[in-house]
Amino acid sequence: MFAGIPWDIIMIQTVNGLVSGMILALVASGLTLIFGIMDVVNFAHGELFMLGAYMGVIVLTATGSFWLALVLAILIVALLGAVMQVVTLRPLLGRDPLNTILATFGISLVLQNYALWQFGPVARKIQEPFTGQFTLFYLQYPWYRIVIALLSAGIIGGLYLFMKYGRYGIWIRATTQDRVMAQAMGIPVPWVHTGVFAIGAGMAAASGVLFGPLVGVNHAMGLDWVLKAFIVVVVGGMGNLGGSILAAIFISLLEAYASIWVSPSQAIIVSSVVLILTLLFRPTGLFVPTPK
Amino acid sequence: MQPLVTVEGIHTFYGKSHILHGVSLQVGAGEVVGLLGRNGVGKSTTLKTIMGLVNPSQGTIMFEGKPITGLPSHKLARLGIGYVPEDRRIFKLLTVMENLRTGLDRTGVTEEKKKQLLDKAFAFFPRLAERRTQAGGTLSGGEQQMLAIARVMMLEPKIILLDEPTEGLMPRMVSQIREIIDVLHKEGVAILLVEQNVPLTLESSQRVYFMEKGAVRHQAAASTLTVNDPVIHQYLGV
Amino acid sequence: MSKRRATYYWTGFVVIVALLVLAPLVLPEFWRRFLTEILIWGLLAMSSDLLIGYTGMVSFGHSAFFGLGMYGAAAALLMVKPANLWLAILYGLAGSAAVALFVAYFSTRLRDIYFAITTLIFSQIFYVIIFTWTEVTGGENGLSFPRPQLGIPGIYTTPFTSTTLHWFVLFFVVASYLILRRITQSPFGMVLQSIRENEARTRAIGYPVERYKMVAVMLSGVFAGLAGVLYAMQNRFAAPDFVYFLISGEVVIFNVMGGIGTLLGPIVGAGFFLGLREGFSRLFPWMAQTFDIPQIEQFPYLIPLGVIFILMVIFLPQGLLGFAKRWLNTS
Repeated sequence: MFAGIPWDIIMIQTVNGLVSGMILALVASGLTLIFGIMDVVNFAHGELFMLGAYMGVIVLTATGSFWLALVLAILIVALLGAVMQVVTLRPLLGRDPLNTILATFGISLVLQNYALWQFGPVARKIQEPFTGQFTLFYLQYPWYRIVIALLSAGIIGGLYLFMKYGRYGIWIRATTQDRVMAQAMGIPVPWVHTGVFAIGAGMAAASGVLFGPLVGVNHAMGLDWVLKAFIVVVVGGMGNLGGSILAAIFISLLEAYASIWVSPSQAIIVSSVVLILTLLFRPTGLFVPTPK
Repeated sequence: MQPLVTVEGIHTFYGKSHILHGVSLQVGAGEVVGLLGRNGVGKSTTLKTIMGLVNPSQGTIMFEGKPITGLPSHKLARLGIGYVPEDRRIFKLLTVMENLRTGLDRTGVTEEKKKQLLDKAFAFFPRLAERRTQAGGTLSGGEQQMLAIARVMMLEPKIILLDEPTEGLMPRMVSQIREIIDVLHKEGVAILLVEQNVPLTLESSQRVYFMEKGAVRHQAAASTLTVNDPVIHQYLGV
Repeated sequence: MSKRRATYYWTGFVVIVALLVLAPLVLPEFWRRFLTEILIWGLLAMSSDLLIGYTGMVSFGHSAFFGLGMYGAAAALLMVKPANLWLAILYGLAGSAAVALFVAYFSTRLRDIYFAITTLIFSQIFYVIIFTWTEVTGGENGLSFPRPQLGIPGIYTTPFTSTTLHWFVLFFVVASYLILRRITQSPFGMVLQSIRENEARTRAIGYPVERYKMVAVMLSGVFAGLAGVLYAMQNRFAAPDFVYFLISGEVVIFNVMGGIGTLLGPIVGAGFFLGLREGFSRLFPWMAQTFDIPQIEQFPYLIPLGVIFILMVIFLPQGLLGFAKRWLNTS
């Protein structure tokens, strides 16, 4: 027992926290990537998550394969993200950042309502690719949850490798550091931006499909996630990929522990408090090594 | 034979400030042309305008006979215009190798060609070869300048816009820059050289332009000028 | 500022107010209430303009101020019998002022996006508190309460009609506009605008920027709370939905559509948005019936509205009244 709570509950909540932390990290890293490279606050990120989940539902129903659903959802939403960026965000380049917040907010409203109209208000379900549980202390813990966490980690890891070693990774990093000089070196910066947005969108979609089996898929599922993702991005240090991942895990763990005592909807207060404390004392981010 | 780059009547504004008041100049293929003038006269702005970093409000720029005014810089780089800015602006968080790759990773370049270009750059700049896995920000000022030039060479440019390459460098490095300009010239690369270092400019260039108050006022063949020429004093003297 | 412009301005102003006064006498009930709603949302948006348009601070937290004004009034109307109008206003303003103080304290140190996100998070915190504290706030179902009577309790009271309620709301909205106008054109307002233009320079000159920002947030919050009180009186219920951050988002939409930094723009923006909403909500069922496309019937109004909004952000960022911005601010 620890502080009156049996150890196994603590351990289970730790595992739960890590699992949701990895999903949140996947959502948040897309958001951080987009912000860090393009200075765009993407309010529609939660809707990309939601659309990913719906695409997953559709492909799954049509083909019966979860993995195909995952891949197609990522590709379709990435494409949608690219179109979104070219049509609505490119014209706003160079303008006050408020404009992109508003434009993406407008897009989020349109996407949410489109999903509502197209799919109806009743939640859909994505079936896990495999059921099966193992014994975690006194619980039967689903294998699937562990797989989600590993897959999310894998995708994030893949992103890291891409950024570090790939040719396009160099382009993205150069663009982040000095957009003007990158362009002067022949790097097609407008397309780098589109590509990054597409990658972020794809990551959000992946989270949507992976997380789908855990909750119902409905048109409003993006809202809560976008808020949490924003908290994570700010706490982790805006534009700091590693920081967001750590922050996502940190906050999810805190919320998991908090839900031992309070209801999950109140657990958001926990993350909000963390946000407030961060902003008061370490506004550049909790996990940023040296404040700028 | 038409010149490689023609700049005609360029007016450029920074916000409300009217910096360039009708700049006109030309650079022939393979020519080294100097651009001299006091600080603040608009030399860097001229280079930036040619490179598309700033859009002119009036005037035209032609490259190989075709208009390029207003094109975005990445297209210009692909056409064969290289830019080495005044503050070098190497990518500090990328390694030397990655900096070079920003110019190297282009479509239509074979792996063999890439290796060739790299070997050439490292032959020129052995210090860069030594430091190839180091982050750009850890290099000394002189090394960063070399990297900036090497990086642009990866583009196989037809013309390089060089903005004050010797600024802040030790005399030994200055002569190295001198050599590099010569080698590039021998390879047929045109150079538009903005410099405060008059002797270097007169030695390396075939022609020299003089700018004052945002426009080109005078032109001369470099061979006709000496360091103490009254013209020099007129446009660069205190 | 020329005498002639002032005359034009004030003439126009009086004409519009006169129209708004006469409107309820000629409009059918539905449109009467609709107009009143526009005024209330317009007031909310106008309060937000003080921050967005004049101080350069984008707030997504106005739903909290609005909601607390609403719930504050609800508290007064439920706790004190008989329902006392002025007490409701007082409680509502106090509630929103308290929230504004809280938000102001934490967020004014932050700039730009951080401020926007923090205000958004705060409004969500309040949403969660209101949503889950069911004993006090009625939770998900909200609170209903009686509408107070117009007048001074004990001396003379009369129940509101939808017309007198409209005039009541109109009075407060016009008064708020005039007060906010005075504020933005005062030395204080000038400092706010200087903060918007260049915060660093304003600070360097020696102004205590944080304090100015805090006062701005509080003023903004109080007027937003007033809108909440008026809404409570109009509709006789308070619900957590109004504290949800989407409401804040809609408020910002009204601001941008109408034109930030104009004070009147947000009201026009609210009218434009709500008008389009009404229009689209009727259009689709009509289309469904006339052209026999049943799927269209439920087509959400927010889709075309959202698209219009996005197009406006791209092509008309100064908003509908943006062209008149200078004129509205100097007459």
